[in-house]
Amino acid sequence: MALEAKNVFFRYGRKQPWILEDCTLKIDKGERLAVSAPSGYGKTTLALLLAGYLKPAKGEILLDDKPLPTKGICPVQLIFQHPEKAINPRWRLRRVLEESGKLREDMLDAFGIERAWLDRFPRELSGGELQRFCVARALMSGADYLICDEISTMLDVITQAQIWNVVLAEAEKHNMGIIAVTHNQHLAARIAARTIDLSENFK
Amino acid sequence: MRKVNRRTKVVILTVFMMVILIAIYAFGMLIPDDAAGSFLHAKQPPSLAHPFGTDALGRDLLLRTFKGMSVSMTVGTAASAISAVFAVFVGVAAAAGSKRVDAFINWVIDIVMGVPHTILVILISFAMGRGLKGLLVGIAATHWCSLARLIRGEVLQLRSMQYVAVSRKLGKSGRWILAHHLLPHLGPQFFVGLVLMFPHAILHEASVSFLGFGLPPEQPAIGMILSESMRYIGAGMWWPAVLPGLTLVLIVLLIDKLGDNLRMVMDPYSAQE
Repeated sequence: MALEAKNVFFRYGRKQPWILEDCTLKIDKGERLAVSAPSGYGKTTLALLLAGYLKPAKGEILLDDKPLPTKGICPVQLIFQHPEKAINPRWRLRRVLEESGKLREDMLDAFGIERAWLDRFPRELSGGELQRFCVARALMSGADYLICDEISTMLDVITQAQIWNVVLAEAEKHNMGIIAVTHNQHLAARIAARTIDLSENFK
Repeated sequence: MRKVNRRTKVVILTVFMMVILIAIYAFGMLIPDDAAGSFLHAKQPPSLAHPFGTDALGRDLLLRTFKGMSVSMTVGTAASAISAVFAVFVGVAAAAGSKRVDAFINWVIDIVMGVPHTILVILISFAMGRGLKGLLVGIAATHWCSLARLIRGEVLQLRSMQYVAVSRKLGKSGRWILAHHLLPHLGPQFFVGLVLMFPHAILHEASVSFLGFGLPPEQPAIGMILSESMRYIGAGMWWPAVLPGLTLVLIVLLIDKLGDNLRMVMDPYSAQE
């Protein structure tokens, strides 16, 4: 049971330079991994590849030795850096959560989502509040792997801690694998058992 | 003093314009088709009894103009509605379908836009046996292109949004995404496009009828009135040409302004102005 990237190459367009070259990494179910690198080293690209949003130019992404499923709910869910882009601005937030299945009350409580927020539009909430919805949506889909692309970068430290505590507790409970993309060394050390640096390993 | 902000002002103005247009339409519809005149009153210049004067058959031109306007508005509404719905279908198909479908649709749009509209409307209307049906089909078949392009662009942009990609990863089908994420976004575009298409449709209807390829002569359309007036303008009868023509221009301008206002209210990018 593992999610792995095997000798993955990727570039945006034929004339562009390679963003990722011969990138290999593996994460077991229940494992927690942090990925760090300076800006422009392909952290987000790697996240998009692992979650199946992009196709590698060479190499492959394997889930339990098979390619990622293209139909149905994807067992690898990605949480984006900017929640306001990942939510339809015309939907009330109840609908946003229900897109991934039935509302789970315990999840709302864990994230401190007030019931009144559910009937509001995304532009009426702050970025931190929206990010809780995005994380809750990903967790409620019942994913086996969660890829967090700088999900707490724009949050204050208290909210960061709150969100990560819920994510880690939920991961523990359901034996989920977590890949956390982050700039923050301390956060990486706190949440992950092992850290890889894209700037050292793959360039 | 109570302050009215700009948005409220625009909304009030828009509603006011709609009421005027509906009133004109209803007034025209209430006038009987055969408002026959008397030759005793033929060729009278504008007066209090006949504000627009009378034509060569003694019919009151004010009544005829409004009757004609309501006929034109029926044609305009029907033609632009058909056209706009068609545009949405084509636009979505181009953006959501395969590359080949997209290329084909763009090619058709280029062709239709490349031929002058009036000529195309005349040809289609003539081939369909003139009358209301031919005119409707002709106008509907020529006016969908620019809206279809707009909608294609909009759908392409929406499809690249993160929340659409997320939705796909949450196991939603393409059709579900189209119905829940994409189509609701197109509402304002569709509606504004429809209203802005309306004046074009009316003008084309009038011009084709004027040239004699549109509505039959017994139908009191604006184009017919203007066409008849040409026979008498040499004799110094200016009112059958000038007054109905002016009314047509005013109403078209009114609808155009209405469309612009609607866009200001509904378009999220200018809604905050």
